[in-house]
Amino acid sequence: MSSTVLTPPHHYLNDGIGVKSWLLTRDHKRIALLYLAGVTFFFFVGGAMATLIRLELVTPVGDLVSDETYNKLFTMHGVIMVFFFLIPAIPAVLGNFLVPIMIGAKDLAFPKLNLASWYIYMIGGLFTMYAIVAGGLDTGWTFYTPFSTVSSTSNVVPAALGIFITGFSSILTGLNFIVTIHRMRAPGMTWFRMPLFLWSTYATSLINVLGTPVIAITILLVAAERVFHFGFFDPRVGGDPVLFQHLFWFYSHPAVYIMVLPAMGVVSELVAAGCRKPVFGYAFVAFASLAIAVLGFLVWGHHLFVAGESVYSAMIFSILSFLVAIPSAVKVFNWTATMYKGSVSWETPMLYAYGFIGLFTIGGLTGLFLAAIGVDVHVTDTYFVIAHFHYIMVGGTIMGYLGGLHFWWPKISGRLYNEGLAKIAAGIVFIGFNLTFFPQFILGYLGMPRRYHAYPPEFQVLNVLSSAGASILAVGYLLPMVYLMWSLRYGRLASSNPWGAVGLEWMTTSPPPTENFTETPVVTWDAYEYPARVETHVA
Amino acid sequence: MPPLFPEQASTMAGRVDALYFFLIGLAVFFSLLIAGLIVYFAVKFHRRDPNATGARIHGGMALEVTWTVVPLLITMVIFVWGSSVYFAIAHPPDDTLNIYVVGKQWMWKFQHLDGQREINELHVPVGRPVKIIATSEDVIHDFFVPAFRVKADVLPGRYVSVWFQPTKPGRYHLFCAEYCGTRHSGMIGEIVVMDPNEYEAWLTGGSGEGSLASAGGKLFADLACNTCHRPDAQGRGPVLDGLFGRQVALQDGSTLTADEAYIRESILTPSAKIVAGFQPIMPTFQGLVTEEQLLELIEYVKSLKSQTEQPTARPVPANGPAPGENTPVKK
Repeated sequence: MSSTVLTPPHHYLNDGIGVKSWLLTRDHKRIALLYLAGVTFFFFVGGAMATLIRLELVTPVGDLVSDETYNKLFTMHGVIMVFFFLIPAIPAVLGNFLVPIMIGAKDLAFPKLNLASWYIYMIGGLFTMYAIVAGGLDTGWTFYTPFSTVSSTSNVVPAALGIFITGFSSILTGLNFIVTIHRMRAPGMTWFRMPLFLWSTYATSLINVLGTPVIAITILLVAAERVFHFGFFDPRVGGDPVLFQHLFWFYSHPAVYIMVLPAMGVVSELVAAGCRKPVFGYAFVAFASLAIAVLGFLVWGHHLFVAGESVYSAMIFSILSFLVAIPSAVKVFNWTATMYKGSVSWETPMLYAYGFIGLFTIGGLTGLFLAAIGVDVHVTDTYFVIAHFHYIMVGGTIMGYLGGLHFWWPKISGRLYNEGLAKIAAGIVFIGFNLTFFPQFILGYLGMPRRYHAYPPEFQVLNVLSSAGASILAVGYLLPMVYLMWSLRYGRLASSNPWGAVGLEWMTTSPPPTENFTETPVVTWDAYEYPARVETHVA
Repeated sequence: MPPLFPEQASTMAGRVDALYFFLIGLAVFFSLLIAGLIVYFAVKFHRRDPNATGARIHGGMALEVTWTVVPLLITMVIFVWGSSVYFAIAHPPDDTLNIYVVGKQWMWKFQHLDGQREINELHVPVGRPVKIIATSEDVIHDFFVPAFRVKADVLPGRYVSVWFQPTKPGRYHLFCAEYCGTRHSGMIGEIVVMDPNEYEAWLTGGSGEGSLASAGGKLFADLACNTCHRPDAQGRGPVLDGLFGRQVALQDGSTLTADEAYIRESILTPSAKIVAGFQPIMPTFQGLVTEEQLLELIEYVKSLKSQTEQPTARPVPANGPAPGENTPVKK
């Protein structure tokens, strides 16, 4: 927290200028920014669709858009948000930027592969955008068969190809992180000295590498059945429609953890820095990430409780689903305990951490309703499920992502954003989020099914509340976009460690040099050992 | 004021809601606990000196064990409770009133055993367990009655059943809860729960088409099934009398219980399961019978009691062919 701040003369942002220096870069930090541009674009496309969905649902009759258009809107909202925002957001933006710096390395293990991952992601996105522009997709993001293979007349194949292609970028990024964390840690950076963000990124990468091939094959089978009329899923030609659901959820349930584990890692960092204190129960939090990654692969059947699953397999998937809740609960308790006797900050990143813990707690607890099979029968496929997973993915993942983006923004950009505006935005996001999604729990238990373009009039009041919340939430998401962009040019210069936090990323300049550190750090301390060490960088 | 809680109109509703309220209590308790601690710590330990750091506390085994074991025990209680409710939902009583439903984009077609047919509206008596046996003509649908707290995916190519016992006369929403295409939100209907007397009156005021089994019997003859499946064991196909619910020995040595799915498969894909002692000579009826006709045929086979129970050589369908129909001779 030096009083005079100077931008270092050489850093990764001014090391090469012009479009080519960005599009051909192998610097993980620049690739992180390429991803930032990509995921931000898709976030606002997906968000625009959500806005139209909520506008349509203000009235019980389908009046704003046609039923066909409405179905395409929620489908593309899901596809874009899941595959092109939530899954890549934290790993590919914050992970890319931070993994090498946090372990004291110069770059990822495979820098060219890293750049290739971004191109693959963008090409996949292009296919999916083409599917939208060429008329849209109406299968739901879940592509349930036989609707997607024999009934839908929309652009299933281009969208499926887009997801198939983008999957490779997840696999390659995951592989890159795993190898980097295994092989490129600085001297003294043992596994149990790593920041918890790396443990959760590592666990996420395992799921990415092991799970993504399954969705790739599944989505290819859908395209093949559509084009060549193979009988994989269509019962009229001997296929089994439920087989698709098993294959789809075998990836797509772990994918929920691909989305939320990195956010949990971010929150561990935010809480440690926000309390200037080690995370309570470091090893428990670290192993909880791995436990979630492993158990997450064994619970897919809880999406099929009403899909003709046998009573006993339903019971097995139910008990496993309860078990996967335990490591998540352990994390919440440990984060909360970390605050005890901390030096607790009320700065923006910490506000997002509070928000994450609160919303993730509600999301997790409502997951228990869904794991309890007798209750799941009533609430599955209703707005209760919508509310639940938005609490996890929007309340959890996006809160974590925004918190992380604010926390590391001074490091990424070398500039400070407007703290007052940022706090207001965090408050708006929290209020808007709860107003949008809490009424949906009640709607779901009342019985409003998901994916309904029109609904019985007695559900209107709660839907209007939800739509009002969504408009507040939209403001909360647009604000950071504005003041973060503004800070790039007009923000005050950031010191190398504006938060007084520990961690290798705070021991190099803001922004860091291309090679991250002027000399390879030697680590002799555990993660989160406060008070912060003297800054070791040479400017 | 909008409704905040759905009506309870079946014997299952109270059981599901009891667990739901327990879970709400639990969720409120833990949410308030975490939120309370966060707010309390954030205020009490707020950083006032910009250079202050927190206490050097790394963890505590007793706390870790506590907050691992206590949630584990609580979730196991929910697991057992949730499973017991699910068992009740999954296992209908023996004496159900059976009604068939075929879902298609975008309507529900009901067939009562007595022959009444309804679309997007189902009349049932109060106080009697009702079992819906459902299949789909096209994509996956889902039969969902919020007031009864029951839901089941309706799959093409399979029969799924869902049961409920209404407790209050009234009209209740029926929703399709599995996304099925353009007019998914229009695939809705009503369950009309009636007093038993009114229900009887409604039944007798029906269409007069004859029972489902009799329609199946007529079709059985029209399709010339009876040339091979004869009641006297002299036919080229197995005797169907008393078949339903019985163990069937197959050529490959395995056995199975004859249920709706087996009969359906044997009509559409006869070569899939060959009964021991018979030749795979039956042609497929795929494309020749609709889902509704399949249900009639199944109901007819169900009505064929075994020879020992019913001495008549050829059980006559209860109501006989509907008036004005042709005599079922087609040779």
